[in-house]
Amino acid sequence: MKSSALKRVDLIFESVNVREILDKTLKRKPEEIIQDVLDSGLRGRGGAGFPTGMKWKYTAAEKNAVKYIVCNADEGEPGTFKDRQILDEVPRKVFGGMAIASKAIGAKIGYVYLRGEYKFLVPKLQEEMEIFHAMMKEMKHDFRLELRLGSGAYICGEESALFESIEGKRGEPRNKPPYPTTSGLFGMPTSINNVETLVYTVMICKYGADYFHKLGTTDSRGSKVFSVSGDTPKAGIYELELGMTVERFVEEFGDGDTKAVQVGGASGFCVPRKKFRDTIIGFEGVPTGGSMKLFNSSRSMYNVLHNYLDFFTEESCGQCTPCRVGCQQLLLGVEAVKRGERNSRYLDELVKLAGTMKISSKCGLGQSVGNAFKSIVENFKEEIIY
Amino acid sequence: MVNLTINGLHISVKEGTTILDAARKLNFKVPTLCNHPDLCVAGNCRVCVVEQLSAKTLVASCATPVTENMQILTNSLKVRTARKHIIELLLSEHKADCTKCYKNGFCELQSLANEYSVGDHVYIDLVPIHAHKIDKTSPSITKDDSKCIRCQRCVRTCAELQGVNALTVANKGKEMKISSFFDKPMHEVICTNCGQCINRCPTGALVERNYIEEVWEEILDPNTHVVVQTAPAVRIGLGEALGLNPGQRVTGKMVAALKRLGFNSVLDTDFTADLTIIEEGTELLGRLKRALVDKDPTVKLPMTTSCSPGWIKFIEHAFPEFLDNVSTCKSPQQMFGALAKTYYAQKKGLDPKKVVSVSIMPCTAKKYEADRPEMRSSGFKDVDYVLTTRELARMIKQAGINFDMLEDMKYDSIMGQSTGAAVIFGATGGVMEAALRTVYEIVTGREVPFNGLNIIPVRGMDGVREASILIENCKPEWAFLNGVEVKCVVAHGLANARQVMKNVRDGKAVYHFIEVMACPGGCLGGGGQPIPTNEQIRKKRTEAIYAEDMGMPIRKSHENPEITAIYKDFLGEPNGHKSHELLHTHYTVRRSY
Repeated sequence: MKSSALKRVDLIFESVNVREILDKTLKRKPEEIIQDVLDSGLRGRGGAGFPTGMKWKYTAAEKNAVKYIVCNADEGEPGTFKDRQILDEVPRKVFGGMAIASKAIGAKIGYVYLRGEYKFLVPKLQEEMEIFHAMMKEMKHDFRLELRLGSGAYICGEESALFESIEGKRGEPRNKPPYPTTSGLFGMPTSINNVETLVYTVMICKYGADYFHKLGTTDSRGSKVFSVSGDTPKAGIYELELGMTVERFVEEFGDGDTKAVQVGGASGFCVPRKKFRDTIIGFEGVPTGGSMKLFNSSRSMYNVLHNYLDFFTEESCGQCTPCRVGCQQLLLGVEAVKRGERNSRYLDELVKLAGTMKISSKCGLGQSVGNAFKSIVENFKEEIIY
Repeated sequence: MVNLTINGLHISVKEGTTILDAARKLNFKVPTLCNHPDLCVAGNCRVCVVEQLSAKTLVASCATPVTENMQILTNSLKVRTARKHIIELLLSEHKADCTKCYKNGFCELQSLANEYSVGDHVYIDLVPIHAHKIDKTSPSITKDDSKCIRCQRCVRTCAELQGVNALTVANKGKEMKISSFFDKPMHEVICTNCGQCINRCPTGALVERNYIEEVWEEILDPNTHVVVQTAPAVRIGLGEALGLNPGQRVTGKMVAALKRLGFNSVLDTDFTADLTIIEEGTELLGRLKRALVDKDPTVKLPMTTSCSPGWIKFIEHAFPEFLDNVSTCKSPQQMFGALAKTYYAQKKGLDPKKVVSVSIMPCTAKKYEADRPEMRSSGFKDVDYVLTTRELARMIKQAGINFDMLEDMKYDSIMGQSTGAAVIFGATGGVMEAALRTVYEIVTGREVPFNGLNIIPVRGMDGVREASILIENCKPEWAFLNGVEVKCVVAHGLANARQVMKNVRDGKAVYHFIEVMACPGGCLGGGGQPIPTNEQIRKKRTEAIYAEDMGMPIRKSHENPEITAIYKDFLGEPNGHKSHELLHTHYTVRRSY
């Protein structure tokens, strides 16, 4: 059966009058806004997929006078470049989303934590912030934004490491609980949302929860911006409805020779050709923060895996044992197997180790190293060994 | 109260309790490495992970508070597998040359590996890849990164307890390590040599620089005369390193053991602690007189104590503008060293060249102190070797001495007699108390107005303790002190000391006399004391110190007959010319990083 073309959506980059949307939304009660976001089924677009409305609800429920809304713009997942585009093209919508969140949770200060490599965006964002602050003043909404830059550490995209970084400390994840909604930035209740998520909240406020709810599947409502790269004639940024299979995705973006798709970047899953048809891109299948990398048969999956592991041994913060040492062991282990210094059964040991890393690491980084590792090793064992 | 089950057993605990503590209450031992009762929770080693039914991942029991109806398994297959993996991972980056390691038998990783029968070394050995160098530049602390398991207990100790931050985390990922400012060697950074990091290091990554072989050589050399001095806190800590319970006083056994080891003379730092009180008390009164009577604007008050070499190096780095406020008195160790090669040698008719002076200290900073260039006023290195309590325990074991069975013996003479005031130098507040016992009596002719000479307000474990004492009905020569309320403050742990000095600097607090001991609990919690340490152990040692004081026939420094004798025969008068030559010193301004 030939599937039809993928459903394109245009919400994120759609040109809208943010002032109008805010004018309307900031007059509403926080509970109403939160209810709309809950009803829309929106889940975080950074990759983890926590329901945005719940996050806001928990933060709103805290009694503290000081709360924060933080925009996570530390887009560091290999193969993801959509937040960069969003911030470049529609920064006002991002800030608008933060204003809506501020109303919902009761925050007066918002932080935008921008990936260090996106420094070129700073003048533009600062200019846009001034306009935004003037708009807030006119609307008599007490809310200010601060811009903070990362310094190139992948781990600072992890929410609690990001807080540490803003606080001027070494970017290391914290123990959870407490979660950010009770004790986040500077120890205050904080809602931290991805760039794309915030823009969707603006569009939910514009078109209503139902409109968004109708898109996607039960587990994965709405649409999503994908960063498509690798062996594809159509590399770029695409907003698509969630819930498609990898097969349909490959039909659209593949080069006719796709053997695997890495969904979700280095911390995501590798889907081999034989599983394209049965794998849904979304929270019920393979979730993604947007990174979609296609590999054709000219690629060595050993090299792909090696590259990811190399990345993780560098980018682990190094504080917890499973992640710091585990990453090194996985990397050196596949190298040793490749060189024939360890026999192929050692890969089984490493898969078990990856399992331990998944359940015992302190944060999402260490917990997700095993995703790529297991899915590549199990599906492309021959390429790893020989 | 929160209800939960652990391994099927129900327990109800206070809100905020960690799973680890709840499990301990039910007598389930969960292994830990990065956790330490003196430090904040880290949750980074992950060996304490347990299974929480219905949770996707295991949870770190040390870092996770209990919640209602939680179901925890501490020894499920999932937990055991993960725990074994984690221990294996730690071993793969740890230089496991256990039989050759200084911490062999005292290493927490070693016992854990043993407990879990890990040892088939599944994973690749990372030690040769990292090729860490051992830092032996400090005279006090040896740092070996190849033994480090990155638990960060040392980092938290240096930051939380000491406020020094000489050790911090550097780099990330596979390069992550415990480092110093710009990765400089230990002797070039703000490390105060306090050794608190050593007390909390679970492995052999941080250990004292040991001088055991050097001391054996001196003892066994027939041409030397080796004198040994023992600090107050050693006698209440040594037993722990030899299998006895915390808080057991072993003064007599320790003296007997030192004699068996072959030291030519076993003497007491407590003697020079008494001497310190006379010198420092006189100095304080001198400063007060210059301030109140002579109205001398150059006189520096408050005066701080100078017995703790960790504190001295700290103030040199952190508050150099206050160096003139530090008492010029050398520490008791260094006073002893200077006298051992002068007064003692003369009295005994010995050639000072042949006198070797060894001190047994609860402290690693004393090793650095003995190496200071200004500590050579006898014409020789005043203290040749400093051993920690732990090193002494090791020598006693090496010599095959059954410590527990030893009959008590008494210190040799001269410089072996002391008072209760001297022994309390080992506890935070002790120098203050000893000084007040003497100074008050010098000035008023009466004993301090506290029951049984016990100045309770300066005792205890609070980080900073203030006290004041009103001086009335003075002797005629001290009449200018009538009505003066002498304000004192005691701080232990350098983080607390920093706070006190900040308050003084900012004019938020006014004192006459400040006592600082670098280590938590004072010397009894020193960086050279037996491991482990925690608040309960330090409390037991404190009780022992005060019990020792109560058991002494003389409890005021100025009543020590050997002190009277040394002034009569040798020193002349307190703060006199000879004292200044031998017993006083000066300080050095150091960089703040």
